[in-house]
Amino acid sequence: MSTPYAKLPAWADYGLIPLINLAVAFIVAGFVVLLVGENPFRAAVILVEGAFGKGTGIAFTLFYATTFIFTGLSVAVAAHCGLFNIGTEGQAYIAGLGIAIVCLSFDSVLPWWLTFPMAIVASALVGALWALIPAYLQAKRGSHIVITTIMFNFIAASIMVYLLVGPLKPAGSQAPQTRNFLAGAELPKLNWIIELFGAKIRSAPLNVTFLLALLMAFLVWLLIWRTKLGYEMRTYGHSPKAARYAGISETRIIITAMMISGALAGMMALNPVMGDQHNVAIDFVSGAGFVGIAVALMGRLHPVGIVLAAVLFGMLYQGGAELAFEMPAISRDMIVIIQGLVILFAGALEHMFRPYIQALFASFSPRSVGMEAVKGKGA
Amino acid sequence: MAQAAIELIGINKSFGAVRANRDINLEIARGTIHGIVGENGAGKSTLMSILYGFYQADSGEIRVGGKPASIKTPNDAIALGIGMVHQHFMLVDNFSVLENIILGAESDALLKSSIAKARSELDRLEREYGLEVDPDAIIEELPVGLQQRVEILKALYRGAEILILDEPTGVLTPAEADHLFRILKQLKEQGKTVVLITHKLREIMAITDNVSVMRQGTMVATRETSKTTVGELAELMVGRRVLLRVEKGEAEAGAVKLAVKNLTVKDSRGVTMVDDISFDLRAGEIVGIAGVAGNGQSELLEAISGIRHAVSGSVMLDGKPIDLTGAADPGELRDRGLAHVPEDRHHVGLVLAFEENENSILGYHDDPRYLKGPFLNVDAIMADAKDKIEKYDIRPGNPRLKTANFSGGNQQKIVLAREMEQDPGVLIVGQPTRGVDVGAIEFIHKRLIAMRDQGKAVLVVSVELDEIRSLSDRILVMFAGRIVGERGPEATEGELGLLMAGVERQEAAL
Repeated sequence: MSTPYAKLPAWADYGLIPLINLAVAFIVAGFVVLLVGENPFRAAVILVEGAFGKGTGIAFTLFYATTFIFTGLSVAVAAHCGLFNIGTEGQAYIAGLGIAIVCLSFDSVLPWWLTFPMAIVASALVGALWALIPAYLQAKRGSHIVITTIMFNFIAASIMVYLLVGPLKPAGSQAPQTRNFLAGAELPKLNWIIELFGAKIRSAPLNVTFLLALLMAFLVWLLIWRTKLGYEMRTYGHSPKAARYAGISETRIIITAMMISGALAGMMALNPVMGDQHNVAIDFVSGAGFVGIAVALMGRLHPVGIVLAAVLFGMLYQGGAELAFEMPAISRDMIVIIQGLVILFAGALEHMFRPYIQALFASFSPRSVGMEAVKGKGA
Repeated sequence: MAQAAIELIGINKSFGAVRANRDINLEIARGTIHGIVGENGAGKSTLMSILYGFYQADSGEIRVGGKPASIKTPNDAIALGIGMVHQHFMLVDNFSVLENIILGAESDALLKSSIAKARSELDRLEREYGLEVDPDAIIEELPVGLQQRVEILKALYRGAEILILDEPTGVLTPAEADHLFRILKQLKEQGKTVVLITHKLREIMAITDNVSVMRQGTMVATRETSKTTVGELAELMVGRRVLLRVEKGEAEAGAVKLAVKNLTVKDSRGVTMVDDISFDLRAGEIVGIAGVAGNGQSELLEAISGIRHAVSGSVMLDGKPIDLTGAADPGELRDRGLAHVPEDRHHVGLVLAFEENENSILGYHDDPRYLKGPFLNVDAIMADAKDKIEKYDIRPGNPRLKTANFSGGNQQKIVLAREMEQDPGVLIVGQPTRGVDVGAIEFIHKRLIAMRDQGKAVLVVSVELDEIRSLSDRILVMFAGRIVGERGPEATEGELGLLMAGVERQEAAL
């Protein structure tokens, strides 16, 4: 017998509940800060000011957000098809190889606006191919995608380490990374946009990839809700049996969804590699793939939600760095704890407060929650 | 004359904004069989769940044996002598009968002494009520009818004086159901009180002393069974007059549309579910497949509609074979004019999380009418959905509403509208009215007959014998994967019941 949940108005569903979850996460994080003997209110002020207070902070926040938008979209596309892609990390990492090949080959001869499109294609292609293998194994052999994608993260890491300490490393260099790209593979910064609003920026890595990320968010929305392919993916994601009934090929839909997911993950590499570091270095993804899972969950698998969640995590990264600098008692690990709390409350426990809020709404205005048929046979 | 075993006074229960029970008053006399009927969603199960302690009433009073009772958990109910036999049995499949019966009622820390005590007690109960079951049999090896008996024994073992049975005959053959009724009568004679929840009016008429009718959360009437009629009860349930039997003319069967030959299908465990079946389906007729659930009907439907692979045999659609060995693509079959209303609309026929309009194209989403290149033609889909909503009277008439929020009957109409409006040559329907309320049943039956009269070939699989008899021009009975008999629509229920129970050799003499 299911407990019939009344429906909430959309603004409460998508606005109020995430906000409450977030607030609770920060309150609990506040206690953690208190525990190490610092003032949580001051910590909160430092965090927010560090992320949004100055132009440079904003630029850094958006730079991190760019990365998380890609990985969040990647996880969301797979999730809409009922697939849990934990391999975003590895797909992004190995995509660095595609970018390296394009950039190292053409950076001396072509301008950035020609290298960039080629690098986009290369990163998407390599990411997609890396996702193709687990997808094929899932579709044809029933190997669970969670297991295979996570294993492929390790394989990707090993391959990249081998390449970056061997074939891709310039002779004589001590650092495990490619040579630095020339101007032909350096993406223009977007800091001037923030400077338009009067803020001053010293140096920040926000670059045109941010615009690509927003474009991709729009395209993902279009794909999921406005195309036949997206319709088929969602059908399979909600009910594989219904998909079978509707004549949707399981193999084709799993492979297609995973390759799109992999391509989005791959494009993430553009941001740090071409926009910031101008080389491919070891471990340049540094966990952004896993943050993507949290971003996708928190954004309710919707591109708008993902962009907002990505900005939030960008803020935690940027503001967190400031916090660790300003308050020595709060170490880098503490920041990770705070991020973990946000993931816990906003992702894993997202339904914790829902019944109470629904009861509240129902008692104030029964109309607003709408009528829902009581489920359960003969109820 | 009889003292009340249970009195419910002014019971109210809401879930959010939905009032499942409003101001219910009910008196159940001791030593009687009391029926509670109502459509799906009328609030029957909610009311019984309150009585059994699954839910708490928002307001109102429960009296058991004349004394006010506070029932907060099922344990409170059991302590007051109330036992419940659930629609879906709550038994541990790989335990023995005895182990299941003492489960949760072990009297000692040492299982051995509990078992010894239970065995003698069980023996007494079995003799007293005619409920023979081998106490050492393993549950999963028992037929459903006997499993149900174990459920009843379980309640009696816990000292139940009042037994609540929730839709007890849904899984039984007619013969098993008759046996259950004999047991219930015996329980009544021994002074027990029985509450029977059902939507089958025939059962109410057969064994109850009193009957209460629920509609939309309210108790609309209580009648002495001997002083009411099926027609009156149906009218009370729906709130208007209902045709119980669809009127239809003679079938004019035409050319063979679907020819099934020597079809054999296995399930995922490798058990043969459909065993060498052959039959023809002609244009302009309805063929009904009767049988107790689990005798291969589902697998037969799935094989014909391309969802499940067949092991051997052939199916010809309009004289051309359907590929059964590889994955016959359901989409391709749709293009060839075979529409399928699946048995399980919740997981197969619909995506409950989708909006209504999205479900109204499921399976036909390749149709260029609904597309603009790779994009969905949202305007066309919405217009089409609105059109179907109007034609099939789907309520509420909002194509943007999530499908899960429609009632069972309206969900089924969404599926039927989608499949019928494609104007297929062959329509295959599994359980056309399962979980559908009486008003919608009438509508669905009329639509199916209209399809037949337009010269379509219709195959109906249903576990509801009444439905099969009232719809079909020919009835095939399936038992253990085989077709064990073919009868005309004039076949009696007893005759079909025997066939369904696998009594093959006996001819229609009964």
